[in-house]
Amino acid sequence: MAAVQGGMSDADIETDIKTEPSTDGFGNNNANDGRVLSASPGSGSSTGSNKQTAAVTPEDQQTLLAVLQFLKKNKLIESVEILRREAGLPENSLDPKATESAGAGSGGAAGIVDLEGGDVSSLLSRVTGSSSAGAQAPTKVAEDQPDVRVVLSAYSQQGDPTLYEVYYSDLKKFIETVLDCHRAELSQVFYPLFVHMYLELVYNNHESEAKAFFEKFSGDQECYYEEDLRVLSGLTKKEHMRGNETLLDFRTSKFVLRISRDSYQLLKRHLQERQNNQIWNIIQEHLYIDIFDGMPRSKSQIDAMSGSLAGEAKREANKTKVYYGLLKEPEIELPLDDEDEEAENEEGKPKKKKPKKDSMGSKSKKQDPNAPSQNRIPLPELKDSDKLDKIMYMKEATKRIRLGSDNLPSVCFYTFLNAYQGLTAVDFTDDSSLIAGGFADSTVRVWSVTPKKLRKVKSAADLNLIDKESDDVLERIMDEKTASELKIMYGHSGPVYGISFSPDRNYLLSSSEDGTVRLWSLLTFTCLVAYKGHNYPVWDTQFSPYGYYFVSGGHDRVARLWATDHYQPLRIFSGHLADITCTRFHPNSNYVATGSSDRTIRVWDVLSGNCVRIFTGHKGPIHSLAFSPNGKFLASGATDGRVLLWDIGHGLMVGELKGHTDTIYSLRFSRDGEILASGSMDNTVRLWDAMKAFDDLETDDFTAATGHIHLQDNSQELLLGTYTTKSTPVIHLHFTRRNLLLAAGAFNP
Amino acid sequence: MADREERRFAEVSRESVRLMAEGAGVELGDDVAALLAEDVCYRLREATQSSSQFMRHAKRRKLTVEDFNRALRWSNVEAICGYGAQDALPFRSVKEGELFFVEDRDVNLVELALATNIPKGCAETMVRVNVSYLDGKGNLEPQGTVPTAVQSLSDDLLKYYQQITRAILGEDPHLMKVKSVSHDLEQLNRLMHMVKSLVQNPYLYLGSYVRSLVSSVMYCILEPLAASINPLNDHWTLRDYAALLLSHIFWTHGDLVSGLYHQIVLSLQKVLSDPVRPLCSHYGAVVGLHALGWKAVERVLFPHLPAYWANLQAVLDDYSVSNAQVKADGHKVYGAILVAVERLLKMKALSLSQSAEGHSGAHPGSVVGAASYRVNSPGLSPPPEPLSEAALGIASHLQVGGAGCHWEEWTPVPLPAMYCELYSFFGDSLAVRFSTGPGFGTHSPCAPSQLSDSRKEPPGPASNLDTTRKMPQLTANLNISPRQDGSPRTDPPPPTTRGAPISGLSREVFPKARFTSPQTTPPAFSFLIGGRQMGQRCQGRRPFQTMFATTPPVSAVPPRTYAHKLPVIGRVGKPVRRWTCSHYSLHLPL
Repeated sequence: MAAVQGGMSDADIETDIKTEPSTDGFGNNNANDGRVLSASPGSGSSTGSNKQTAAVTPEDQQTLLAVLQFLKKNKLIESVEILRREAGLPENSLDPKATESAGAGSGGAAGIVDLEGGDVSSLLSRVTGSSSAGAQAPTKVAEDQPDVRVVLSAYSQQGDPTLYEVYYSDLKKFIETVLDCHRAELSQVFYPLFVHMYLELVYNNHESEAKAFFEKFSGDQECYYEEDLRVLSGLTKKEHMRGNETLLDFRTSKFVLRISRDSYQLLKRHLQERQNNQIWNIIQEHLYIDIFDGMPRSKSQIDAMSGSLAGEAKREANKTKVYYGLLKEPEIELPLDDEDEEAENEEGKPKKKKPKKDSMGSKSKKQDPNAPSQNRIPLPELKDSDKLDKIMYMKEATKRIRLGSDNLPSVCFYTFLNAYQGLTAVDFTDDSSLIAGGFADSTVRVWSVTPKKLRKVKSAADLNLIDKESDDVLERIMDEKTASELKIMYGHSGPVYGISFSPDRNYLLSSSEDGTVRLWSLLTFTCLVAYKGHNYPVWDTQFSPYGYYFVSGGHDRVARLWATDHYQPLRIFSGHLADITCTRFHPNSNYVATGSSDRTIRVWDVLSGNCVRIFTGHKGPIHSLAFSPNGKFLASGATDGRVLLWDIGHGLMVGELKGHTDTIYSLRFSRDGEILASGSMDNTVRLWDAMKAFDDLETDDFTAATGHIHLQDNSQELLLGTYTTKSTPVIHLHFTRRNLLLAAGAFNP
Repeated sequence: MADREERRFAEVSRESVRLMAEGAGVELGDDVAALLAEDVCYRLREATQSSSQFMRHAKRRKLTVEDFNRALRWSNVEAICGYGAQDALPFRSVKEGELFFVEDRDVNLVELALATNIPKGCAETMVRVNVSYLDGKGNLEPQGTVPTAVQSLSDDLLKYYQQITRAILGEDPHLMKVKSVSHDLEQLNRLMHMVKSLVQNPYLYLGSYVRSLVSSVMYCILEPLAASINPLNDHWTLRDYAALLLSHIFWTHGDLVSGLYHQIVLSLQKVLSDPVRPLCSHYGAVVGLHALGWKAVERVLFPHLPAYWANLQAVLDDYSVSNAQVKADGHKVYGAILVAVERLLKMKALSLSQSAEGHSGAHPGSVVGAASYRVNSPGLSPPPEPLSEAALGIASHLQVGGAGCHWEEWTPVPLPAMYCELYSFFGDSLAVRFSTGPGFGTHSPCAPSQLSDSRKEPPGPASNLDTTRKMPQLTANLNISPRQDGSPRTDPPPPTTRGAPISGLSREVFPKARFTSPQTTPPAFSFLIGGRQMGQRCQGRRPFQTMFATTPPVSAVPPRTYAHKLPVIGRVGKPVRRWTCSHYSLHLPL
């Protein structure tokens, strides 16, 4: 029963069992027994009894027992004791003998009940199946990969392989004849069912049946699952299942479906009438059906949200409050103003204060109710140089061009020549003075875009000679002899896939295939730290907008939050089912968004490390993310060539921008958030009217509560302009402080 | 069970597995091999799938060997070495044993180490701010979506266009703008192929687009493409192919656009008579004329030859090192002219002899009669031609009548005189051409007999104006004779030119018997390219082999193309690829 949740579903199902005890109860008992026995022989009985009494939630009890069992097996007696005491479990709950016998007893009891219900033959096979699984379990667990074993062994229950096709086509026939409004919803079941049935066939060594099954029904699946199906089609042997990630992803997580209550009832009734236990078992064990009350969703609504590796997000996954507001800008003290004005010119005092007040007032005067508290996470203190930079920023901001649909930005394209297809990552500094490239030959190169050349700091011996009291000491420490436009930094031993400047322009981060993230000093142009933690390629990394923190994500499906002065990660964000392909910090630095090749986007809370949002809807691996400057929205681009817009506060998809024909590698909002620029492999930069896309929203409470979105197809209206490059894929975009759009890519003849 | 369904992916056969096992000294049973084969396939697929991830993150579309190796390394498999070359590796088979393998040539390290021409190394990676759009509306017009020529298309055609552009150009929508891709020979080649398929598509009415197609093709023939700067680029093949295509378009669609022939010939002529143009343009012009038929050659090339010859000779006689490249180009032009002229002579002689047979009694042979010879003069009674031959009729009519203002006064030259004059240019290399035919043993009196020693200065009977021929017998470089096989129209020889009497003189020059034999096309020049022999598979294997059976004098000469290819010996991949290119282009006409 654990699989079905949502509202009052438990009570519901309880009644169902009563009305039709023979089939439903039978299926459930066996399902539970099969799994529980294989996971840990001891937990079967208690789960069974708990279900009747419903005193403790069966799930928790079960996992707890499993953990205890594991600890005990590994001779961690002390931990067992502690855990047991904390959980308040009686001592004998772990006595293997007692539980074993109890389990056998309950199994037997179930058998008797079912015998009365009829259906003798299938019952026998079921009982033998479960008991054999129970017998095998201990030996299996003893092997080196226990969790994988456990995961796979759920498949060990045997059904007649030839009947799989019958079951599936029977269900298919049923769903096709059901009322239109339910059909779209119920069709969601097809894909996960198909995959699980196929895997079950493969696991039980029915290779030819599995192939036939695949041939027959793979064509029915939605086209956006094509990629997964291709992987599946290659998988025909049990031995191959073990190392296969896609499969494990599928098994370790429950495929989430959102189905209205009516549709669900229909499905359940059908399966019970037909005694289609095979399918019912799969639905119970491997699917999570999120039942909602109200109108069934339409096909387009479903299609908009589905496509990820593990189905849609559960509704409650997106319920947590997210403080998406911006932090208050720090007040810049007057002395600094004076200093700045002195540096600029003498008479600036009255003039300069005015614009500053204005630009700051709008943001800082009234505290945004959605903003996190200023010290929710500790942020580094501003240094003098940071304050200077802030002042520069504000000055620039006053000269900023207001963009809009009738006032599009100009684009400067930075082309990397002679890069021989080796350019893998690009970043600009916020003030657009430096550009850095990560290359496939493991180098990191930094160019100065302005006439100001790049210089190293002098050597220690030379530094000793400098007069430290002089005003221009910062200028004096630089070594004129090393001035050049380009600096190359060596250190990585694999392609550099991600690169990011620190906000103060003193550091540069790079992540590479060699599994490290490196921090480089832009004063000495040397490597300062190599952060080791990801043991696999690190696909992306980014500095926090306030510096100090940074996030990285890679092939190990885990995103890590680091601080530059810690060699170990501060947080580990785990939950994605496949590689993390891109990582972005929220403008207020309290959240991190990650995109993954499991086709979902997750937003994580830096403070707690929890996942606070899961966005599904992309049909391909996500390769770019961008937060809007006001922190309310998130844009994401994927290999499917679509840009999706998300409302972070409500956890909803709010827009879809179609137009690109290839992977979108970069997204960027203009400084004021009016324009969204997207750069793609298809050699174009496209500009979208973000204002309009967000303004048109009316997020009523109903939509917010149910998560049912109605997307209008207005991509063409929102598309403001297309800039075509000359055979140069666009891999990075950046708006200067005055809203000039910079793009970068390698010429690819 | 594996047999009854169609396969979804590539497989390694169990035979291969067994073979490899044998190679490692293991004997495998049948079932073991089958299992292994299946497992190998699975592992390969898995590795490929994970390698595609590396490709995506490197922001590339092309999966490289390196990506694959990375995937292997991360799954704890040894990487494979030796396949990392940028260029395509030739895949070869050994007939006996049915073995397929990658060609792996020996690289002479000594030669490589002692090579004096050290490659300069690749240019430094740099960043350049190259485009800056200042208009507010994006750059849709200059390089974006659809060129104006396309916007007027109907919906269906537009879709067709989009399909084509996507297929041909990948992402670059520059169908009608060949110029924009002039740096990329491969793309141009593809473009030409596309034009060909457009022309050949019987369901497509090209209408007025023929003109733009022709201009695109002409561009490929004539322009000094950016790619031509690099001698390694095989732009000659492109020109040949484009010329062939031109004639094809002309023969099939010439009736759609009036005055097309005239325009084409005129522009070719203009290029040819412009000495400032680079040699490759001249080459294109000659090839283009050649492709248009011998009549065009006679009209344009022949009258220009004396003037042009002086230029060419100057180029060819310059032996300075700096001139080497230009000279190689010059030889190309020389070869092209030679072939064109040869065809001209043959066809002319043929037509003369045929008409002589037809109207044997009409006029007693006189030179004056030959002078009145004219191509399809419209004023005269219509010749019995097939339908599309009439297109030529119309076209030529127009050029003579309507737009003929620029047309030079053209007086046909009698065949013997023509031959003599040509001989004065080409010397024995021309004669050699004719000697290859069956009946050439007994040659005409004016042909020299010292065929054997071709390097000597031939005692040309005609006054060699100022040129002496030190020309080695560099014959047909890259000669494709399009009229032979490119267009079907060629086969019926040009129709009886009415009232053209046969001069006795011509019979003296060329014994009549020779021309009555139906086999008129010389077998020699159609399959000889750059001294390479295309009939046999020698690609890559023995690159310097120039032996050629049917035309021994020709093959004795080291082919010019290698003169500039030799220094590239360090780069193994490059030449091989080019060979396949020229090979390919040759296959088309044949």
